[in-house]
Amino acid sequence: MSYCIDDYSVAIIGAGHAGIEAALACARLGVKTALFTLSLDNIANMPCNPSIGGTAKGHLVREIDALGGQMGKAADATFLQSRMLNRGKGPAVHSLRVQSDRKAYHKYMKKVLEAEQNLDVKQAEIVDIVLDEGGNISGVVTKLGTVYNVKCAVVCSGTYQSAVIHIGDTHYESGPDSSLPSKGLTQKLAEAGIEIRRFKTGTPSRVHKRSINFSELEVQPGETPITPMSFETNPDGLENKVVCHIAYTNERTHKVIMENLHRSPLYGEGERIKGVGPRYCPSIEDKVVRFADKPRHQLFIEPMGLDTDEMYLQGMSSSLPEDVQLEFLRTIKGLENVEVMRNAYAIEYDCCNPLELKATLEFKKIGGLFGAGQFNGTSGYEEAAAQGLIAGINAAHRVLGKDEFILDRASSYIGTLIDDITIKGCSDPYRMMTSRSEYRLILRQDNADKRLTPKGYELGLISKERYDKFCEKTLLIDNEIKRLSKLIIPPSDKLNELLVSHETSPMTTGIRATELIRRPQLTYKDLAPFDVDRPVLSAEVCEQVEIEIKYEGYIKKQLAQVSQMRKLEGKPLPSDIDYDSISGLRLEAKEKLKKIRPLNIGQAGRISGVSPADVSVLLIWLECNR
Amino acid sequence: MSDTIAAIATPLAVGGISVIRISGENAISVADKVFKGFNKKPLCEYEGYSAGYGMILGNDNTQIDDGVALVFKAPRSYTGEDVVEISCHGGVFVTREVLRQVISCGARLAEAGEFTKRAFLNGKLSLTQAEAVMDLIGSKNTQSLRSARAQANGALFKRLENIKSELLNIAAHLSAWVDFPEEDIEVLEQGNLLASLQNAKQEVESLIKTFDSGKIIREGVQTAIVGKPNVGKSTLMNLLAGCEKSIVTDIAGTTRDVVEESVNIGNAFLRLADTAGIRQTDDVVERFGVERALERIKTAGLVLAVFDNSDSLTEQDKQIISAVKEDNTPSIAIINKTDLPKKIDEKYIKDNFKHIVYTSADNKESLNALSDEIQEVLKLNDIDTSNGIIANERQRICATGALEYLTEAIDTLTAGFTLDAVTVNIESAIECLLELSGQRVSEEVVNRVFHNFCVGK
Repeated sequence: MSYCIDDYSVAIIGAGHAGIEAALACARLGVKTALFTLSLDNIANMPCNPSIGGTAKGHLVREIDALGGQMGKAADATFLQSRMLNRGKGPAVHSLRVQSDRKAYHKYMKKVLEAEQNLDVKQAEIVDIVLDEGGNISGVVTKLGTVYNVKCAVVCSGTYQSAVIHIGDTHYESGPDSSLPSKGLTQKLAEAGIEIRRFKTGTPSRVHKRSINFSELEVQPGETPITPMSFETNPDGLENKVVCHIAYTNERTHKVIMENLHRSPLYGEGERIKGVGPRYCPSIEDKVVRFADKPRHQLFIEPMGLDTDEMYLQGMSSSLPEDVQLEFLRTIKGLENVEVMRNAYAIEYDCCNPLELKATLEFKKIGGLFGAGQFNGTSGYEEAAAQGLIAGINAAHRVLGKDEFILDRASSYIGTLIDDITIKGCSDPYRMMTSRSEYRLILRQDNADKRLTPKGYELGLISKERYDKFCEKTLLIDNEIKRLSKLIIPPSDKLNELLVSHETSPMTTGIRATELIRRPQLTYKDLAPFDVDRPVLSAEVCEQVEIEIKYEGYIKKQLAQVSQMRKLEGKPLPSDIDYDSISGLRLEAKEKLKKIRPLNIGQAGRISGVSPADVSVLLIWLECNR
Repeated sequence: MSDTIAAIATPLAVGGISVIRISGENAISVADKVFKGFNKKPLCEYEGYSAGYGMILGNDNTQIDDGVALVFKAPRSYTGEDVVEISCHGGVFVTREVLRQVISCGARLAEAGEFTKRAFLNGKLSLTQAEAVMDLIGSKNTQSLRSARAQANGALFKRLENIKSELLNIAAHLSAWVDFPEEDIEVLEQGNLLASLQNAKQEVESLIKTFDSGKIIREGVQTAIVGKPNVGKSTLMNLLAGCEKSIVTDIAGTTRDVVEESVNIGNAFLRLADTAGIRQTDDVVERFGVERALERIKTAGLVLAVFDNSDSLTEQDKQIISAVKEDNTPSIAIINKTDLPKKIDEKYIKDNFKHIVYTSADNKESLNALSDEIQEVLKLNDIDTSNGIIANERQRICATGALEYLTEAIDTLTAGFTLDAVTVNIESAIECLLELSGQRVSEEVVNRVFHNFCVGK
């Protein structure tokens, strides 16, 4: 018998990285919210890598932070080691990555959730949804039969739905980290007309610290000074607490793997795993098979926390049997006596097809039902959190009767991610990469606040205090750039000495400071002795000034591309277009447009199978029906 | 959608007159760069529905043609936007040159049906008319798809694949190197990267050149017949006249009654300009002075320099010879009047021309020799259409775009900028090439990363 206990405006299903951001955004926007989790002890769990950020992922975290999300602050509060990846490869691809204390991160997030007004955190498994006569969601149902009436729900079920773990020839129903799997919800969603797919992912072993011979391994220390993930975190006093280590597989490792491939659930008889795995994050057996000519593969040994001796072996995910895992690990220099605490495994789970989602992450078929995170076919904590934030904001806006909140590709990696999965779809777990953004010279991690903080403030997720501070920083940057563009540095022996020592041509006449900064060999800082009126500015401001000047030509070009793109994005396509009735559209284009229902002409043009001529036809149709 | 578009509005065939239509926000300012009225008044000062007569200028302000510009002011025009229609003399080559110039001055090549589309969008057409336009675009759509498919097996496509593949490999390597910094992916060595980019750039350049050499086959080569007075230019003309004469263009009301005449000789297609002048006076040098002859040599794609076997070389002869040599224009020396006693310094000619044909008024066989030499000098035998050539202006624009991005990528790299700025340019170049072949870019690089690199997280 079912009964109703309470009403909420929004129910968030799952308290992983997506669910947390969704719940906090809703509650902070003033909407009564319930966050359901299978276990309160697994909130914000990191079932794989104990780390936040990385290439393009670091960009996502900074964008989440600029919009008022929590992930960056949590990472700053609980990190063990911080590095800026890709230094020297250009500002567009600089990416922050931290090693996190997994348990501390969980505790921090649990506490933030508990402290939030408007938010109730509940341990309960949601197994069904209730739809009203209009086909909109009106309730969620727990395993115990309790119905909560809701106006919106966000499914953030991660890798838990109908999850099956594979190790060698063994497989069993289980969520990650031996948690309970969630059962029933995806079946009910399928009955409601949602397409459910099967993806898989994997994780490596955790091993005991005392069993590793660190003297044989390369040390990978953290970097200083530390750039925090959050624009609000004060960098003073932040410090690295641990080091990581690098080890390498060898021919013997590969031999053990090749000889035991028949025992893999992926390669062995019957190929039991049917789920599609992520291409970018292959298991070690995948790597050895696909890149047979590579003599070694790199692995990183990373601590799981300060209060534990468990170590994570990044790069060694596997679903081979336990004995094989142990055997190949022990071929690795430094791991000869390794003691495994948790085995590597592959996990299969249910997820949706994100082509069924709008750019708000609401299902096109069921009003008020949203999806976020791995449930949407993506991979990674940061990708999940980004979607959770957007889904949460839009769920709250739907309840409040406010406009949809959509970020376009040129605004952010978040917008690029959502545009990619909802317009192009994904055939394997989607990971963010810098190469996915055509606008990456303007979508840098260093200017995420410039791009998104005004939006966060407008939404109501950024405080007045933070916004004022941001405006002040912006003003300082603009003024300094203006000052430098007027400043003429006269030629002098001292200047030419500097120029020649930096391998760039000396001057016989005066030159604008901006011209000198534009030279790749020179930095803003280098010119300080020739610029006596230079104001004292923070490192952050100096960085922006330098990048904006140095890359001005490239940035301008990208901005021109952006304004072309935005013109087309500005032409909306009504959601109820009958594409079949539009003459001139090719059949393939009609089918794709009917399925994806792009929001605007720009999106329509990015769908594979929709040609520029089809777009012209749509433009004409739009005018006819204006 | 207010950017400025241009296209040839008349059928691309030889006729008395051709019209290049320019439409959009900057139509008039673009036209002003190409067209200089003889009355010195810029087109932007014209009222709507008014016309001016003047010069049509090419690169470096050299005159391509003279013609009429007709100005329409928005909304009173076919498209409802500012429109300029430039009428020029109806040779295929001249018309394309004018269009090319208009495009290099800031217009973009119009897509199929785009003028009509704009007319509709600006309320100039009725709904039923608009539907007809949609059908038109629709059919073009299937057509272009069909032709793209046909091209997929074609030589150009394969050639493009090679360039693209190289660039994709670079882009994929760079993004794997950036996106998977912990994967032990080796750095692309700057010298190798530069070499690969330069190689790709060369390939694209040579592809663009096929447009020009392909053009010789499709549209003919501008040919100048030069020589001192009474040397026998009209004899040569008459000889050529025995060939299939394909075009005679009459334009009433202009000072010239014959603008352009074309002849097919062998598989070469020669466009002989100013034939009237030669016919009437047999004397380019006399009529216009030697400067004019030298100027013609500069703009020609082929020079036929005629010399008199029965006369010693004059100062004028030598001036012509040195002009031909200086410009390195493909040229053939034609030694005429071989039926008369030889007085010419043949060695001097041989020292200066690789290709020599001997002829006399009654010598019909010399035509074959001339044909062979033309093949040779224009390297027509080297143009291998089966190796893929750029066939139209749209393809040329895409290829030129790719070339610009590759040049920028190389400049960025050699200037010492970080590789993120280089990569963006490489990707844009790939995008141009994919546009050329009708594919799309975005996923390609990502797919290649997964395919070529062993990446984990």
